[in-house]
Amino acid sequence: MSSSVLLLVIAMLFVFSYWSGRGKAITSAQHLGGVTTLNSLPFYYGMLAVLWCAIPCLVLVSLWSMFDETVIQQLLVSQLPDNSADMSSGEMTLLLNKVNNIANGITAASGQPVYMQDAANYLLSLRANSHLAMSVIALSLAVCGLSIAWVKINPELRARKQVETVFKLILLLCSCIAILTTVGIVLSVLFESIQFFNKVPVSEFLFGLHWSPQVAIREDQVGGSGAFGAIPLFVGTLLISAIAMIVAVPTGLMSAIYLSEYASKQVRSWVKPLLEILAGIPTVVYGFFAALTVAPLIRDTGDWLNGSWTFELLGLSLQVSSESALAAGLVMGVMIIPFISSLADDVINAVPQSLRDGSLGLGSTHSETIRQVVIPAALPGIVGGVLLAVSRAIGETMIVVMAAGLAANLTANPLESVTTVTVQIVTMLVGDQEFDSAKTLSAFALGLMLFVVTLTLNIYALRVVKKYREQYE
Amino acid sequence: MSTIEIDIEKSNESNCTNESEMKKVNTIELVNKNLKKRYRAERRFKAYGLVSICFALLCLVVLFTDIISKGHGAFFQTYIQLELNLDEDVLEVNDIQNMKQLASANYQGVIRQSLRTLFPDAKKRHDKRKLYALVSSGASYQLADQIKAQPALVGTTISVFVLADDDVDTWFKSLDDAKPFIGRMSEKQLVWLESLKKSGSLHKKFNTTFFNNGDSREPELAGIKGAMIGSLFTILVTFLLSFTVGISTAIYLEEYAPKNLFTDFIEVNINNLAAVPSIIFGLLGLAIFIGMFGMQRSIPLLGGVVLSLMTLPTIIISSRAAIKAVPPSIRQAALGMGASKMQVILHHVLPLAMPGMLTGTIIGLAQALGETAPLLMIGMVAFVVDVPGALTDPSTALPVQIFLWADSPERAFVERTSAAIMVLLAFLISMNTVAVFLRKRLERRW
Repeated sequence: MSSSVLLLVIAMLFVFSYWSGRGKAITSAQHLGGVTTLNSLPFYYGMLAVLWCAIPCLVLVSLWSMFDETVIQQLLVSQLPDNSADMSSGEMTLLLNKVNNIANGITAASGQPVYMQDAANYLLSLRANSHLAMSVIALSLAVCGLSIAWVKINPELRARKQVETVFKLILLLCSCIAILTTVGIVLSVLFESIQFFNKVPVSEFLFGLHWSPQVAIREDQVGGSGAFGAIPLFVGTLLISAIAMIVAVPTGLMSAIYLSEYASKQVRSWVKPLLEILAGIPTVVYGFFAALTVAPLIRDTGDWLNGSWTFELLGLSLQVSSESALAAGLVMGVMIIPFISSLADDVINAVPQSLRDGSLGLGSTHSETIRQVVIPAALPGIVGGVLLAVSRAIGETMIVVMAAGLAANLTANPLESVTTVTVQIVTMLVGDQEFDSAKTLSAFALGLMLFVVTLTLNIYALRVVKKYREQYE
Repeated sequence: MSTIEIDIEKSNESNCTNESEMKKVNTIELVNKNLKKRYRAERRFKAYGLVSICFALLCLVVLFTDIISKGHGAFFQTYIQLELNLDEDVLEVNDIQNMKQLASANYQGVIRQSLRTLFPDAKKRHDKRKLYALVSSGASYQLADQIKAQPALVGTTISVFVLADDDVDTWFKSLDDAKPFIGRMSEKQLVWLESLKKSGSLHKKFNTTFFNNGDSREPELAGIKGAMIGSLFTILVTFLLSFTVGISTAIYLEEYAPKNLFTDFIEVNINNLAAVPSIIFGLLGLAIFIGMFGMQRSIPLLGGVVLSLMTLPTIIISSRAAIKAVPPSIRQAALGMGASKMQVILHHVLPLAMPGMLTGTIIGLAQALGETAPLLMIGMVAFVVDVPGALTDPSTALPVQIFLWADSPERAFVERTSAAIMVLLAFLISMNTVAVFLRKRLERRW
């Protein structure tokens, strides 16, 4: 029985259980004097039957399909010939991969060692058995649940109360997914990071000035020093974020001020959606723009300046890298403008009108009111918004992956190429990976840093914004 | 009066320190003296605001014109019109009813023969290879499809448009530029192309390949269909998961949740997840779903799960706002009529809040559709030629395809990358328009 057929049968069983539960309730009420004698509406009896039928069955199917592959692989390992017992974990993974490929028909079975073909066949039979067992158990659970419900249903059963409790529990479970996600994130980065810090000391990672993650596989390999000092990455990230903020904060803030204080309703209704478009453009598009338009433009400008007479006269010369931090930072700044402007717009609008009226009534001009009354009043909210924007800039990935470099230079010169935390995570985890090597694990350590920093910034910023909102409510 | 005076003095940061001197000056005179300066400051301030907005809008315009000017060419593709003599000997076909023979026939030979008769000056092997390179390697497959559909054509001479190589395509499109693109093409190839152009054999036709093919190493054969279907599957999974879980969570938090520490904890978690960098969700997918649960890499199912975790906070927050906007009087009326809590929610609150929830969901999905970083982490960057047919087939997504093509050195890929971006942006803008429309038309204000 294929998975889709199984699901279809189960779904049909649900429909059947609804109608049978409902029917049972109505018929059992008949001799008592009709439907009105039922404790709840017939709908609830039907739903109760469905719940009895569905919950055990679906829980089993989901758990089974989550863990069956792990169990099957364990069984497969135990079945392999004895000489494979003393293999390293890497060799074992390779062997299992080969067997899986044979079983899936990716690799032709003929020409492979006999024990592998046996293992592949065993794997296939295990899978078939597992699937069959799952179908049988799931269906029998569904039928059992249905019959329990069938027996339980009588006019006095408080079906409505029970169904509503289950409904509420399901909603509660859904809410817990947010917690599970956070836990999952923490666990996924933490475990691998701990493994990484067993190989590389924390102090070296946090304070080391040299980043060159290529670990030598052979003793005599050239260029594989394996240095994991993350300071150049942090500096690169901060440099690009700083450039972005220099572009985004004044522009975003002034646009928000203009839109909320000066602009007519009509201008507002046109400009705001246009700015929202800027916010809705995917980062990969910004990355393409930065890499193919802005970066060459900056390089050409640098070359042109080098050739111009003022520079020759002064003896200056600019070395502009084609993957300069400036290009990535500028484009990231443009991306963040609408973010800052909408947040600032919110907080400026939250400033009570009475403050403005008071200031205007005392004879100050519009701009004086804004600068000396509105902005100071809105400052905590604006600071919170800027902090959120900083955390976005730090975590931004695609623009820097496409427009910033890979070489970890420790520099504050925006015309040089720098690399960032996110770029390194992507380069280390995309493509072929060596598992458990310090290089791969370092990506998770960087991910942990990124998570901790952005989380701290967010919690702090949200607290600031919340405090500010309470002030005027 | 003196308060105003001091206020104005302060606000202008005038360094009038001597108070006795200040008192002597008439207030109105003082105000008038500074008025011009203050108005100038006012105008300057307003101009800053205007300049900022113009800068932001200018960036938008530059971005769009840049993408469109780079990408509009990709919707057209250069074809070479060739007279093909479908000779049975060259094709190595003796029975036109035999599909197997037709499938493995030497179509390339026919095209090459036609090129040789057009340009008999290509004698040396090197020259011949250059000549054959004018036509795309995919041209023979297209010819094969045509012949398979009409086997009777074998033995006749037909005039067909064969797909040109990407260098030829780029050259032909850049002819109007000051410096036409030459790339890797040799002098001889250019001479041949000029004569083809003169005889009117070079044609630009609508690029159907771009919409019908999967990825390819050859730019002229590369298309976005595979990536689009991959994106569609991914977004479908994201929608199913994040919509159901998102509105369930919103209902729980708004309608059921008691005010206690646990509820606060859930809310803190949601707010923080909303601001976690997307790449972290990719790490989660890699370590938990691939590492722990042993899910397959590069499949839309996994991509959808990861993206739905990422969009959940957006959907929850907007759904909560929509539920909050339903006036309590409606709930009270329903409860007063004897409805249970579940009935109140399912029959009254949900239908009224649905437009707001859908708006939030569409905006969240648009965000997910443009997301790249988490998909890179879970291996959806593979080079996939086939168009995926199921949720568990390896595939890429549209933004990832853009990322992959942006890295390719061929100039023809720049054009196609921009065109793919245009397609992606068209999807996103239409999704956002639908969301705005829903908000304006269906959302009720009380």
